[in-house]
Amino acid sequence: MASTELSAGLGPTITPSAGQPHAQSGAPPSRAREAATKTGQAFLRLFRTLRSNRKASAGFILLAFVCVLAAVPGLIAHDPPRAEIYGRSLGPSASHLFGTTVYGQDIFAQFIWGARETLIIAVVSGLLSTALSVVMGVAAAYLGGVWDGGLNLVTDTLLVIPSFPLLLIIAAYLPNSGVVVLIAILVITGYSYGARQLRAQALSLRGRDYLEAARVRGERSVYIIAVEIIPTMTPLIVATFLGTAVYNVLFAAGLQFIGFGNPASVSWGTMLYWAQNNEALSIGQYLWALMPGLGIAILGASFALLNYAFDEIGNPALRPVRRHRVKRPR
Amino acid sequence: MRYALRRLAFFVGTLWACVTLNFVLPRLMPGNPALALLAKFHGRIGGQALKALEIAFGVHTHESYLHQYIDYLRNTAEGNLGTSLSQLPTPVSQIISNALPWTLGLVGVTTVLAFVLGTGIGIIGAWRRGSWLDNVLPPVFVITSAIPFFWIGMLLIVAFSLHAPHLPSNGTFDSTIIPAFNWPFIVNLLQHALLPSAAILITSIGLWILTMRNNMVTVLSEDYIKMARAKGLPGRRIMFDYAARNAILPNLSGLAMSLGFVLGGSVLVEYVFNYPGLGFWLVQAVEGEDYPLMQALFLLITLAVLVAVLLADILTALLDPRTRTAR
Amino acid sequence: MSSALADDTGRAAVTGEPILQVTDITVEYATKQGNVRAVDHVSFDLGRGEFVGIVGESGCGKSTLLFAIAQLLAPPAGLAGGNVVFKGVSMVGLTDSQLASVRWKDMSVVMQSAMNALNPVTSIGAQFKDAMRAHGVRSKTEIADRSAHMLRMVGIDPTHLRSYPHQLSGGMRQRAMIAMALLFTPDLVIMDEPTSALDVVAQRSLMVQIKELQAQLGFSVIFVTHDMSLVRHFSDRLMVMYAGQVAELGVTSQVFGSPLHPYTRGLMDAFPSIKGERVPLTGIPGHPPDLARIPDGCLFAPRCPKVMTECETTRPPLYLVDGTQVRCLLYADGSTR
Repeated sequence: MASTELSAGLGPTITPSAGQPHAQSGAPPSRAREAATKTGQAFLRLFRTLRSNRKASAGFILLAFVCVLAAVPGLIAHDPPRAEIYGRSLGPSASHLFGTTVYGQDIFAQFIWGARETLIIAVVSGLLSTALSVVMGVAAAYLGGVWDGGLNLVTDTLLVIPSFPLLLIIAAYLPNSGVVVLIAILVITGYSYGARQLRAQALSLRGRDYLEAARVRGERSVYIIAVEIIPTMTPLIVATFLGTAVYNVLFAAGLQFIGFGNPASVSWGTMLYWAQNNEALSIGQYLWALMPGLGIAILGASFALLNYAFDEIGNPALRPVRRHRVKRPR
Repeated sequence: MRYALRRLAFFVGTLWACVTLNFVLPRLMPGNPALALLAKFHGRIGGQALKALEIAFGVHTHESYLHQYIDYLRNTAEGNLGTSLSQLPTPVSQIISNALPWTLGLVGVTTVLAFVLGTGIGIIGAWRRGSWLDNVLPPVFVITSAIPFFWIGMLLIVAFSLHAPHLPSNGTFDSTIIPAFNWPFIVNLLQHALLPSAAILITSIGLWILTMRNNMVTVLSEDYIKMARAKGLPGRRIMFDYAARNAILPNLSGLAMSLGFVLGGSVLVEYVFNYPGLGFWLVQAVEGEDYPLMQALFLLITLAVLVAVLLADILTALLDPRTRTAR
Repeated sequence: MSSALADDTGRAAVTGEPILQVTDITVEYATKQGNVRAVDHVSFDLGRGEFVGIVGESGCGKSTLLFAIAQLLAPPAGLAGGNVVFKGVSMVGLTDSQLASVRWKDMSVVMQSAMNALNPVTSIGAQFKDAMRAHGVRSKTEIADRSAHMLRMVGIDPTHLRSYPHQLSGGMRQRAMIAMALLFTPDLVIMDEPTSALDVVAQRSLMVQIKELQAQLGFSVIFVTHDMSLVRHFSDRLMVMYAGQVAELGVTSQVFGSPLHPYTRGLMDAFPSIKGERVPLTGIPGHPPDLARIPDGCLFAPRCPKVMTECETTRPPLYLVDGTQVRCLLYADGSTR
């Protein structure tokens, strides 16, 4: 945070905001490298602040758990997830920790292997959605005028239309389509909230003095956007990713639950689909339905915790507070 | 005034966008899906229904897109939403009018309840900064709001339906009871609504609690709250007239849009509990490729959100004098 | 600390019984790294109708001190010691409801930015009204009359009772706040930089207005500011704060005429006189100490032009020199201890 320097006399001093570039000396480094360094530094700062936050740590641990499952499923589950070779609808036992499905598949194996596709869908759609939000938001803020109005109209309309019903409608016209389409429609319906927030921040940054200085130096708009604006917006961009990731996890699961994406693949959402189709709850195979749901809940919760930790960092007033005790004077 | 007009224009504009989406999407998709559909239903529907379908999907017509579009707009405006393909020969409007009360009851009442409770808890949590309530609330509700609606529904089924007290988890009332305006029937209704309602409540309340609490915390650090304390105003007055009134403002339209999220989640809750509301039928329509029904439901759900947004805007204008005089 | 000394000086400078006695007030902020002391054993007395100015740079604890006096501290800040006796009643440790009877009727507060200090969604009149109703004024006519009267006193047309804060100009808003603070003609008005948000011209006119009202209604004022020139012309006594401690406290003309503490002198030098000869502008090098890690010895030592070896190890107490209190080892001998 900024320090209050007293150079002469008293009075408020100008406080530079975090992320403002220092004076450049010597030959200017290549644009790309500059942008990369600045963004990298911003990330490092973020990481350090997050480490001390308890919610962020909890979120990280949950996310790490899912990542481990996704990375090395074979190490944890020894049975193949799709093979229909076991006894049908068996209850939990030593050889089948969560029991088996009506098709004779090992549920535990499915659960472990299912993490991968679920995580990939969430992360990829989150990244793409965030990228789209950045482009749409910053472009609208920077181009201004008719472009701004037009892009905004599209974004605001998409924002108001309820996402899940819209997802259902689009998915309905594309039955039997795979994960790629699933990700695509998640991105299109989900980018709008982030775009709005990023546009607002980009607008407020546009007027700042150090950008004027860059303009006067003769820098091109693309440079200004890439090297000056976007690194400063890194915290909000990361927050957007986390927020979008939560929704994408839930919506992807919802769509797969009804049978979109590829039901033949192994993911937590498709597990739920098959469980529901075969009335898993009624036949007593609770774990078949509940475990994948738990996995989704864990993944969603991890992103949500990280997102909330971000809010707390951005707004210190939200942080947990200890009651200070008042000592009565004697 | 100008503000209200602009919002109304946005309202109408979004509705128009939905109708247009309904019109454009099937035409955009590879191999007009409607063609395959019509082949499937050929001979089973006739006359007016078939004509309406053809208009809606632009099949067997040699008219220009523009012409089709205008016809479609006219049909929609007149309430001629077509015939349901999965529930032949029932018209879509009938299915909707049957489903609407169930969703209004379940989702509507539960959302209002969640909102009132959630906002109240959020206000109190923020007011008692530093208490255990305030430190425990956020993490707990952050987690609950990220859990899929339908999974909570399943958990509830396992916990309370398959085991004692064996609450019903299917439909709106027992098929053995004749609907009548008497006590046993109402009790039966409520019993059936309890679990789905709880599922929606548990997942959505977190959202209201957290947003209200966060706003309250921001507001409570403002100088005018200190000033109110300095004036010796009673605590409750400060909490409501000064803090809550300001905290709720930035959020009203956000809250209205959260309704869209809750409506989306309740779709799957209705599905899991076989509760025949709008959401349930939406899933049925999508699975059964019943495009007319699907489109109409989509339109209706969006309309609900838009109405909520509009109401929120009006409320904001009433409560916040700054929006009234600005621009 | 020589708190006994402070009491004696305080009462000696005041005519009659002081209406406010601040004794050894200490305020700490609870942070993850432990408690940070923002105000350190500050004591002073205030007489009836007296105008005391408190100056210091940003972060010296002056605003925190004000809120401590007004019992408006909120977590993570907390009162860690000391007492505030107002009109013979000890205020520390009382709950909000116990304080309610004193608040606004006898002691009121004016804050820095009226835009932030006034509720943006209710009208000025409504805010006047709820202050009055909280103190038992029920009659509608009385509320309306008193509100209109106070507004007129500060030079605002009473029709503005219906206006919302954002509809008034900055100067008008500040004056409306002052009008609100004077609704019950209290004995003490605490002002936290009320002029900082205004332009120079509005500042002067506001200060003049405050002094006129003070002459008319006879209330005492504690006035916090970072603007030395402002406080010079309008205050009876002056307190200079540094890093949460009292650096110097005495009659304004005396403090300005012959500043004792090197910090005070540095402040004076930073404000050159228009009429005097041209001297190069000097500032005070360095910056205030990080309150989470305060050094041993005098807190000003790292920046002091007159620093001596003992300054770095000994915490100076308050000494009395010709009626002015000063916290500096320069006066360790040759002064009443």
